[in-house]
Amino acid sequence: MNIAICLKQVPGTTAVKIDPQTNTLVRQGIESVMNPFDAYALEEGVRLREKQGGRVTAITMGPPQAEAMLRQAISLGADDAILLSDRAFAGADTLATAYTLAAAIRKLGQCDLVICGRQTIDGDTGQVGPEMAEMLDLPFVSYVSRIEEIAGGHMRAQRMIEEGHESVEMPLPAVITVTKEINTPRLPSLRGIARSKSAQVPVWTAQELGVDTGKVGLAGSATRVVKIFFPQRERKGEVLQGEAEAQVECLLGKLKSGGLI
Amino acid sequence: MDYFLSEQQKTIKDLARQIAEEKALPVRAELDEREEFPRDLMRELAGADMFRVFVPEEYEGLGGGCLELSLVIEELSRVCSSVAISYAASALGCFTLMDYGSDAQKRKFLPDIAAGTRLAAFALTEPGAGSDASAIRTTATKVDGGYVLNGTKQFITNGGEAEIYTVICLTDKAKGPRGASAILVEKDTPGFTFGKKERKLGIRASATRELVFRDCFVPEENLIGRPGAGFIQAMRLFDRSRPGIGAQALGLAQGALEAAVDYTRQRVQFGQPLISLPVVQDILGDMATQIEAARALIYAAARMVDSGVKNVTEVSAMAKVFASDMAMKVTTEAVQICGGAGYMRDYPVEKMMRDAKITQIYEGSNQVLRNAIAIEVRKRKGRTQ
Ligand SMILES: Cc1cc2nc3c(=O)[nH]c(=O)nc-3n(C[C@H](O)[C@H](O)[C@@H](O)COP(=O)(O)OP(=O)(O)OC[C@H]3O[C@@H](n4cnc5c(N)ncnc54)[C@H](O)[C@@H]3O)c2cc1C
Ligand SMILES: Cc1cc2nc3c(=O)[nH]c(=O)nc-3n(C[C@H](O)[C@H](O)[C@H](O)COP(=O)(O)OP(=O)(O)OC[C@H]3O[C@@H](n4cnc5c(N)ncnc54)[C@H](O)[C@@H]3O)c2cc1C
Repeated sequence: MNIAICLKQVPGTTAVKIDPQTNTLVRQGIESVMNPFDAYALEEGVRLREKQGGRVTAITMGPPQAEAMLRQAISLGADDAILLSDRAFAGADTLATAYTLAAAIRKLGQCDLVICGRQTIDGDTGQVGPEMAEMLDLPFVSYVSRIEEIAGGHMRAQRMIEEGHESVEMPLPAVITVTKEINTPRLPSLRGIARSKSAQVPVWTAQELGVDTGKVGLAGSATRVVKIFFPQRERKGEVLQGEAEAQVECLLGKLKSGGLI
Repeated sequence: MDYFLSEQQKTIKDLARQIAEEKALPVRAELDEREEFPRDLMRELAGADMFRVFVPEEYEGLGGGCLELSLVIEELSRVCSSVAISYAASALGCFTLMDYGSDAQKRKFLPDIAAGTRLAAFALTEPGAGSDASAIRTTATKVDGGYVLNGTKQFITNGGEAEIYTVICLTDKAKGPRGASAILVEKDTPGFTFGKKERKLGIRASATRELVFRDCFVPEENLIGRPGAGFIQAMRLFDRSRPGIGAQALGLAQGALEAAVDYTRQRVQFGQPLISLPVVQDILGDMATQIEAARALIYAAARMVDSGVKNVTEVSAMAKVFASDMAMKVTTEAVQICGGAGYMRDYPVEKMMRDAKITQIYEGSNQVLRNAIAIEVRKRKGRTQ
C-alpha cells in the first residue's frame, strides 16, 4: 500500500504577526514547525505501512526551508520525501495549493491513499484536502478518527461528526483528512534520524510537475486576501447607581434598547 | 562543560532526554507509588532504537559503546532512575553474550534485544553470595545434550520481566569459582520460575526478583564461551558496566540539582528567594561542582573502556564509587534545601534521594570496590603513568 502524506510547515507559535502592507504572515525570526495535525496524518500512514507494507511519501509545497520538516518526517518513519518548491508557487490560496499537490500526487503515481491533516493552524481553512480529492477525482472523507479496516481495495473509516461518529466505507485510492483522536504520534527513532540526515529530498518545480503556471501560486489563486486584522474587542463596563429597583429598571431598559432581550 | 561528543552521541543524548521528559516525567511518580514495571516506557525506548545503541551493527544494533550507553542511562535517570536501570539491565544481560558468545548465539538472541522486543537480565547474586560472588551454589550439571540447572538467584533486576537471562552457575562444583560458567536461560523454560518480587526503598518501578531453577534443562548451545570461564567473564562484564551505574547516579544528581534550583528560586523566606541566601548558594555551588567532576570521570572511564585498553578495573570502579557517593550526598542536600516540601512525595527530590542509595550498593558495593581500587593502586605503587 503506497501512501502520500501532505504536510505543511507552519509558524511554531500562535502569536504570529501579520504584515499590514502585504497582508502576509511575518515569518522572519519565527521558528517553523510541522502543522500539528499533519503529524497525526504521518503517524497513521507509517502505522498502515508497518501493517500492510508499501511506501510512505511525505510531500510539502513550500519554500526551500521546508526541507527540514521533510527530513523530520523521514526521522518519524516516512520512506521518501518530495519538496514542491518554485517561485511560481508563492502566494497560493487553497485552490492553487490543492492544484499543485494534486499534480504531485499524479506524478508520483501508484498512490493508494492520500492523508492530510484536518486543517492547518495558520491558514486554518481545512479546504486543501477536499479540493485536492476533487481535482484527483477520488473519494474523500474528512475528520477521520479511526481507520477500521482496509481490505479488498476498500477502506472503512470512522469520521467525527457533531453528534458522534459515522462509519464510512469507500473504494481506494482515496483522500482522507485526520483528527487528533486517530493516534498518538511517535517520537523519532535513532535509525530514522540517521536516514533523515542522508536521505535525498528531490525538489519538484512547476516545470517538473508540468503544471499550468497560470494555475499555481498567486496567479492561480481565486482568493485575494484584501485585509487581515485582529478584531478589536471592546469591553465597556458601567456601574449602575441608585436604589435596587431603579437599577433593575435601568438595566432592563438598556438590555431592551440594545436588542439583547 | 563541553565533552566534545560526536554528532551521533549528541543525537542519542538528545533523543533520550526527549523520551525521558515527554514520556517518563508524567508517569514517574505513579510508577514509583504503584511499584509498577515501566512496560510502556520500554516500548517507547525500543521504538526510538535505544536498545540498539549498545548492540553491534552486525546484529541490528547501532554499534555504540560504554559512552553511548552511559549517555542514555544518564538522561533517563535524570528523570526516572527506575526506567534507566530497567533499560540498563538489558544491556548488562547481553554483554557476556556479546563478548564471548558464538556468532550463532548472537544471531539468535541479539537482534531481538536490539529491537527491544525482548529484555535481558544478568544473574549472579544468590542468598549466600553477594559481595563474595565466589560463594555461588547454583549448579549446572552436564547431561546428554545440555545442562540441568538447580539453585536460586536473588535480587535480579528485570527478573520476571526479561525474556533472556545470563546466569552464572557452577558447571564444575569441585573447582569452585573456576568451575563457574555463563549460561543463557530463556523465560518459560520448564523448571525455571520466579520467586518473590522485592519491595524496595528506591528504584521501585524496576523489577527485582528471585530466579528459581529446579531441574531446569538448558541445551548445550546456551553455554557462553568455554566452561569454567564464567567468573572471569562476570568480572570483565562489571568492568565495562560500572560506568553505567555511575551514569545512573549522575543523572539522579543532575535531576535533583535542577529541582533544587527551581524550588529555591521561587521559594521566598525572610523576604527573599532562598537561592539568594549565601548558605543555599554554597550548597548549590558544591552540588554542581561535584556533579561535573563525576561526569568528567564517568565519560573518561567510558571512553577508556571503549578504547579497548586492557585493564579498566580501577577507573571503572572509581567512576561508580565517586558518582554514587556524590549522588547520595547531592540528593540528600537537595531534599534539605527544599525543606518540608522536598520531603513530600509531591516533589521529585525525595524519590531521587531514595533512588540514589542503591547506586552505592549494587554492581559491587562501594566498600568492595574501594578495596579493588586499592589493590590496583598498590600494584602501581600509587604512581601515575
Ligand atoms: C491568515 C491567513 C488567511 C488565509 N485565508 C485564505 C482564504 O480565505 N482562502 C484561501 O483560499 N486561502 C487563504 N489563505 C492561504 C491558505 O491558507 C494557504 O495558503 C493554503 O496554501 C493552504 O491552506 P490552509 O493553510 O488553510 O490548509 P488547510 O486546508 O487547512 O490544510 C489541510 C491539510 O492540507 C495539507 N496542506 C495544506 N497546505 C499544504 C502545503 N502547502 N503542502 C502540503 N500539504 C498541505 C495538510 O495536510 C493540511 O493539514 C490564508 C492564509 C493565511 C495565513
Ligand atoms: C535493587 C537491587 C538490584 C540488584 N540487581 C542485581 C542483578 O541484576 N544481578 C545480580 O546478580 N545482582 C543484583 N543485585 C545484587 C547486588 O549486586 C548485591 O546486593 C551487592 O553485590 C551486595 O551484596 P549483598 O547484598 O549480599 O551484601 P553483602 O555482601 O552481604 O554486604 C553487606 C555489607 O557489607 C559490606 N561488605 C561485604 N564484604 C565486604 C568486604 N570484603 N569489605 C568491606 N565491606 C564488605 C558491603 O559493602 C555491604 O555494605 C541487586 C541488588 C539490589 C538491592
